[in-house]
Amino acid sequence: MKKLVLALALLLPSLAFAAGSSVPLDKANYDLTDKTSLQRGARIFMNYCLGCHQQQYQRYSKTFEDLGIPADIGQEYLQFTGEKVTDYITSPMPQEAAATWFGAPPPDLTLVARVRGADWLYTYLRTFYVDPTKTFGVNNLVFPNVGMPHVLEELQGTPRIYHEEALVDGETVKRYAGIKADSNGVMNEEEYDQAILDLVNYLEYTGEPTRLESEAIGRGALIFVLIFFIFAYLLKKEYWRGLK
Amino acid sequence: MNGFMNWIEQRIPLTRVANMHAIQYPAPINMNFWYVFGFLSTLVLVNQIVTGVWLTMNFVPSAEGAFASVEYIMREVDYGWLIRYMHSTGASAFFIVVYLHMFRGMIYGSYQKPRELLWVFGMLIYLALMAEAFMGYVLPWGQMSYWGAQVIVSLFGAIPVIGPDLVVWIQGDYVISGATLNRFFALHVIALPLVIVILVFLHIIALHEVGSNNPDGVAIKHKKGSLSEEEKTKYEIHEYYTSKYDIADDVVPFFPHIVLKDLVAFTVFLAGFCYVLFFAPEMGGKFLEHPNFEIANPLKTPEHIFPVWYFTPFYAILKAVPDKLFGVLAMFGAIAALFALPWIDRGNVRSWRYRSGLHKYNILVFAVVFVFLGYLGGTPQENWKIVASQIATLMYFGFFGLLFIYSKNEKTKPVPARIPK
Repeated sequence: MKKLVLALALLLPSLAFAAGSSVPLDKANYDLTDKTSLQRGARIFMNYCLGCHQQQYQRYSKTFEDLGIPADIGQEYLQFTGEKVTDYITSPMPQEAAATWFGAPPPDLTLVARVRGADWLYTYLRTFYVDPTKTFGVNNLVFPNVGMPHVLEELQGTPRIYHEEALVDGETVKRYAGIKADSNGVMNEEEYDQAILDLVNYLEYTGEPTRLESEAIGRGALIFVLIFFIFAYLLKKEYWRGLK
Repeated sequence: MNGFMNWIEQRIPLTRVANMHAIQYPAPINMNFWYVFGFLSTLVLVNQIVTGVWLTMNFVPSAEGAFASVEYIMREVDYGWLIRYMHSTGASAFFIVVYLHMFRGMIYGSYQKPRELLWVFGMLIYLALMAEAFMGYVLPWGQMSYWGAQVIVSLFGAIPVIGPDLVVWIQGDYVISGATLNRFFALHVIALPLVIVILVFLHIIALHEVGSNNPDGVAIKHKKGSLSEEEKTKYEIHEYYTSKYDIADDVVPFFPHIVLKDLVAFTVFLAGFCYVLFFAPEMGGKFLEHPNFEIANPLKTPEHIFPVWYFTPFYAILKAVPDKLFGVLAMFGAIAALFALPWIDRGNVRSWRYRSGLHKYNILVFAVVFVFLGYLGGTPQENWKIVASQIATLMYFGFFGLLFIYSKNEKTKPVPARIPK
């Protein structure tokens, strides 16, 4: 019991931490059938995310196969630390050490899309902004005080938050007016949004690699059930004719 | 073939049982769609057992391996995802059909004399099913598995004197841990399914002894010698029933008539089941909750902790009472009240078709309150919900209180002697 109380006491700060924000989420119109988008997403993941985050429940080989990437090409361009193609997608960064460096171990991202939802991820990755008071010099609108650096800054450029003055109930208040990146990034805003959408698409795929297969079988199953229903109904009607 | 069947029959009563319980079992002709949910719950039970067996082939019941093994099933076992979704969707489907089955019993008075034990067996199944579902929910070892277990198991800590020790005894550890997971696995895959299967068997035996009720609540079995030959059924009914009663011309044999009706219902059910299974297995986070896709972490509480949807009405009752012990008592009381329903209802008219307007109203309000409690228990706490859940809890118990009072001298309509054509 004491252990539990202690655990709960230790948790209190993280509870406040997890309280979240009220920024409206942007809709992520991802498309699991878009293989090139998934491939671009995988490339971003392997280049920018995998340094810290793992996908320890998913194998490279399964990813390559499902995304239509030939194994040799995948191994050459998407695997950087000499793993076998059948290995799980793990990060070279020691996870225990990472916990000390960042305050918490970087969460595994295999299932992150099923935990957070695509819209959350899409908005989160586009709402980093410069905040010199934070350890990594950035903060996030969707996940305030997040312990993650803005690793995609070289793509987006340095993102700055803008506020505007507005009159609310007779009082002037400062309110959030948007985030704009300096044009020191590789991509413009549109390209960056698309890159994030690709990444979210990829994460959506790894969250549930069987989604498309499931829906394909599901359509067949529903058609079968419908036909079966017709026969079952007619048979029942035949037996119940004249009764009641 | 006949010789072979005879050989079997002399050694085990195969044909006799099939005749007695299906082919020559008299079922009321007016059974409506409310009567399919018993059949459907049996099918879902079979689904759970079969898919459960296959899941255990790859599931690793340990704190270190459980979560990863579920993902292994989802990704690398051939059609593992299908088996897992059938099992997880089946769990929710089980409660849907069981709740509808129970509601049927309530509106048509299927718990009344002589079906009290039948109802009690049903309630025992429901109780075992809740334990089964709870323990199954812990097994994937996600965040909700862990913290849900933490909340539910800690309820036992509210029991005076022995509470804290009881919690440790249940957990097998001072906290929810791999030891807890391991014993829940044992109970989930062996002990409770066995109990449920035995209870279902008893439920059906009891049902066939007293006979199926129907929407009019009118008996189909009449005193021996009270019906003329024209009034008796033309179907061949097993002598087990005809030797004791006259069976009215209001019945059809269970097989094929009722089975075919159930089959049609089954296809409709299957369409809904397949839709969820293949297109929306998370059901918007209700059947598979989002935080449960994150591995259990004792140092990180999810923002909101809820039980799965089928427990939320009782969870709302628990939270409605400010005192923990009394909250737990109220929660168990809510289930105990259902057990006692055959004795709380003192009326002798079964179906709400022939009972007072007050009774119909009472049942409908009860149904609405139950759903509303489910909503309150499954959404984040807000100030207005505290009072709302307290009122709803009072109304939940109010149903039983009112029923007890008015059922004694209720103004009912005359019940026909035979099922109306």
